[in-house]
Amino acid sequence: MNKMTTALTAGVLAVAPFAVFAADSSDPIVIPIHNWSSQIVMSNVVGQIFEEMGNNVEFVTTDSQAVYESVRLGDVTLELEVWEGAFGASFRAAMEKGGIVDVGDHDAVTREDWWYPMWTKDACPGLPDWKALNDCAALFATAETGDKGRYLDGPVDWLKHGKERVEALEMNFEVINAGSAAALWAEIGAAEADKRPVVVFNWTPNFAEAVWPGEFVEFPTWEDGCDKDPAKGPNPDALYDCGNPADGYLKKAAWEGMEEKWPAAYAVLEKISFTNPQIAEMARLVDVDELEPDEAAAEWLEANEDVWKTWLN
Amino acid sequence: MASVTTNAVSPATNQLTASTIAIWFGCLAVLLTALQYAGILPSWLHRLPESWIPPFALWLDAAFNFIRTDLGLEKLTRWFAEGPLQFMLDTTANLLYGKRRWPNFEQIPWSAIAAAATVLGYYLGGWRLAALAGGTFVWTALIGQWTIAMETMSVLMVAAPLAFVVGLGLGIAAWKYAWVDRAIKPILSVLQTLPFFTYLLPAVIFFKVGPTAGAVATIIYAIPPMILMTTLGLKKVSPEVVEAGKMSGCSRWQMLRHVYVPAARTEILVGVNQVIMLCLAMVVLTAFIGMPGLGAKLLAMMGSFKLGRSFEIGVTIVLLAVTLDRLSKAWVVKLPEHFEKGTPWWKRHKYLLVGVGAFAFFTVLGIFVEWFSEIGRRQSWSQGKEIDTAIKTFLAFDIVQGTTEKIRYVLNVWILNPFRDFLLSIPTSAFILLVVAGALALGGRKPGIYAAVFFGLVALTGWWDRSVITLYSVISAVILATLIGLPIAILAARSEKWSKRTLLVCDTAQTFPSFIYLIPAIMLFGITATSVVMSILVFAMVPLVRYTVEGLRGVPPEMTEAADMSGATRLQKLWNVQLPLALPTMAVGFNQAIMFAFFMVIIAAFIGTQDLGQELQKTLAGTDLGKNFVLGICVSLMALTFDMAIMTWAEKKKRALGF
Repeated sequence: MNKMTTALTAGVLAVAPFAVFAADSSDPIVIPIHNWSSQIVMSNVVGQIFEEMGNNVEFVTTDSQAVYESVRLGDVTLELEVWEGAFGASFRAAMEKGGIVDVGDHDAVTREDWWYPMWTKDACPGLPDWKALNDCAALFATAETGDKGRYLDGPVDWLKHGKERVEALEMNFEVINAGSAAALWAEIGAAEADKRPVVVFNWTPNFAEAVWPGEFVEFPTWEDGCDKDPAKGPNPDALYDCGNPADGYLKKAAWEGMEEKWPAAYAVLEKISFTNPQIAEMARLVDVDELEPDEAAAEWLEANEDVWKTWLN
Repeated sequence: MASVTTNAVSPATNQLTASTIAIWFGCLAVLLTALQYAGILPSWLHRLPESWIPPFALWLDAAFNFIRTDLGLEKLTRWFAEGPLQFMLDTTANLLYGKRRWPNFEQIPWSAIAAAATVLGYYLGGWRLAALAGGTFVWTALIGQWTIAMETMSVLMVAAPLAFVVGLGLGIAAWKYAWVDRAIKPILSVLQTLPFFTYLLPAVIFFKVGPTAGAVATIIYAIPPMILMTTLGLKKVSPEVVEAGKMSGCSRWQMLRHVYVPAARTEILVGVNQVIMLCLAMVVLTAFIGMPGLGAKLLAMMGSFKLGRSFEIGVTIVLLAVTLDRLSKAWVVKLPEHFEKGTPWWKRHKYLLVGVGAFAFFTVLGIFVEWFSEIGRRQSWSQGKEIDTAIKTFLAFDIVQGTTEKIRYVLNVWILNPFRDFLLSIPTSAFILLVVAGALALGGRKPGIYAAVFFGLVALTGWWDRSVITLYSVISAVILATLIGLPIAILAARSEKWSKRTLLVCDTAQTFPSFIYLIPAIMLFGITATSVVMSILVFAMVPLVRYTVEGLRGVPPEMTEAADMSGATRLQKLWNVQLPLALPTMAVGFNQAIMFAFFMVIIAAFIGTQDLGQELQKTLAGTDLGKNFVLGICVSLMALTFDMAIMTWAEKKKRALGF
């Protein structure tokens, strides 16, 4: 029903356009959707804001790495969550090829790395130091990994380089790739029942922080070029021998032609900035409260009018 | 998923030499492996050195880029995607779920579609089909999945007719001109074994991410069976019918339109059935490249581990699949009705009129009573959370957990991992020799040569280890499927009643989009090799059971009676009479099981595998067309090797048995 009303508002607004917004093209602004909740809800939030302004919006599900190529070509118009650790490389590569622009940062700090729920610390008190984790490797062993510990990494298409890090730091762990984010939550959920120690890939901002308190493993601090220059980091002969940046950016990106085609929407996009708690809240509405993304977005917009109304002027 | 085979039956004289060569190759392979274990095998015989591996991916990339930009193919495909294709998709999208595009109607009320489907079901197959068709749409609406289901249907409604037209055209061409047939056959074989991830990336690159790319991938995927069935049907048209057509002075076009195509009606309609089913299966899978709808929702729900909702969506997909399958199959069986001259128009088209009437009634009703037009999510009967809790409680029972844990432990630690390590420890050279020996022994010289070339190519691509891991999943799943499926099939084949029931179950299971099989596997066994093998196992068991039952039931009654008269026990009869006679048919099922397994193992990348599927999934995140294609071809080559060897064998056996 909600769709209907927004459609109606959009229709009415389109008939009587404001002078400011008149310049926006009536072609749909294509917003990509990926496979984690906060991004989906945030995209819906921004989409509904654009619709409120009288724009046409369409959502398309895409791969989170391939999307930068699509933004570059204008197939999709923007990308709302560019995580430094996860997509920095794809984003930079697309920037070099041209066609995509950086529309500024969210007021949020991102971090993604090896992570454990608090109960793990009881069994391995030396944490969060990575050396301590390595000494406890046997605690994380499963039937399949033998005497090595098991680290459940993100899906392969997230390109996390867990394996490379284990090799570079000569850790006693085996890296298993989960097929999806679901696998990660399932693993933590299953471990929670008998407080089994686990170490998995996780990130912030994320709903999981609210459900399972935990900490990131402290690896050797990130140095620029750790993924390109073997000399950086403790192991002089290997790449990826550092932790991920602990205060990564969360950017917005857009297709080069957006500013010209939808100037009003672009101006709003430039102002849009979400904080860590806001993003975690968006994820929570879907992951914990089981709302549909568009309902979650509507709910969020309703509860946070003071936040987004200021962007419109 | 009918499979293409080259009907190469080598003369019996070759058989002897072929099997001797096979034995020699086998021995050589064992020797090479023994040498490797002893540590004295030269390393280049163990694995091809990196430097020998030609950069296929780079060459292919260069070729693709040339075709894409220099030849301007991309401009053409993009024009097609953004022009006509987008237009068609937008139109169906507007009608079915009210996307704001031409012709800018409101979405068709769900009740109107359900009513029309009910009438269609009644027309094609009586009350039972009417209940199935109507019930499916009512369920979809009530459970609150109408919009996503219609997103899927809107693409299906474009893709299936296009695949039908192209397939029919190519099929007619292949029947008419021998050279087209010759050119198409090998391409079809490769297309049918190519993993679906390989369809997806080129589709995205050439046809824009989103529904257009999804529709194109779906169309290409669904074309092969249509071509095959068309050619098959046209070839079977009896000369008398052709004569009759000629005598009444038909032109060539008239011959085709009024003689050949109607005479081949059954085969063509079977083709239509397959096109629809493959389209549905693929539309769900194209969620990976941004196709909205049931597949995307299922992916998202599984992605946040909401099992209840995933289950509900799974039910919807299965219901839709079964409905579409039954409706199109009923159409195959339904003979065209003939009316006496002078029957009034309304009488000849009474079902059409009733359908239109019901449709119009509910459309109007929908305007006045909102509920009949759209059911919001809050009104829906979705029990996602409750089912979720139920499933999780069930999984948390100690007995369930204990059992799955044990199965998982035994399979992983005692069977799967050692088997994988063993396969990986075999030197490449010995592995190829073994495969060639197998192909020689089964099919004779020609499959043997193909096996050598195909596996040699796989080794040359440099993806050997991953290919072996892929093969390991396939082999272990098919072996387990055989161990479980054969006894079931043999038991079922004992009685008419149970055979029918089993076939019905198989029929239904075969219509499930493959993705469905992942859900229970993940739920029970988590992210392990066991769930990968389990999902493949279930999927591959279907054709195996089906063909075994059919093979056993197809044994001529004279034969079993003769066995009964000579006083054979049940076991003797089964072992000495029924199984040998059913073997060729069973081999076809076995072959299909392997093909299904190759298909499924790639999808299982969603669970988390370490094989070619994982690498393929990775390529979807980029623009590595070359690598994507090389990986896909690896899977295809391995599957084709099996296909050729087994089908040649079955063909030969059939001939020997005089079928």
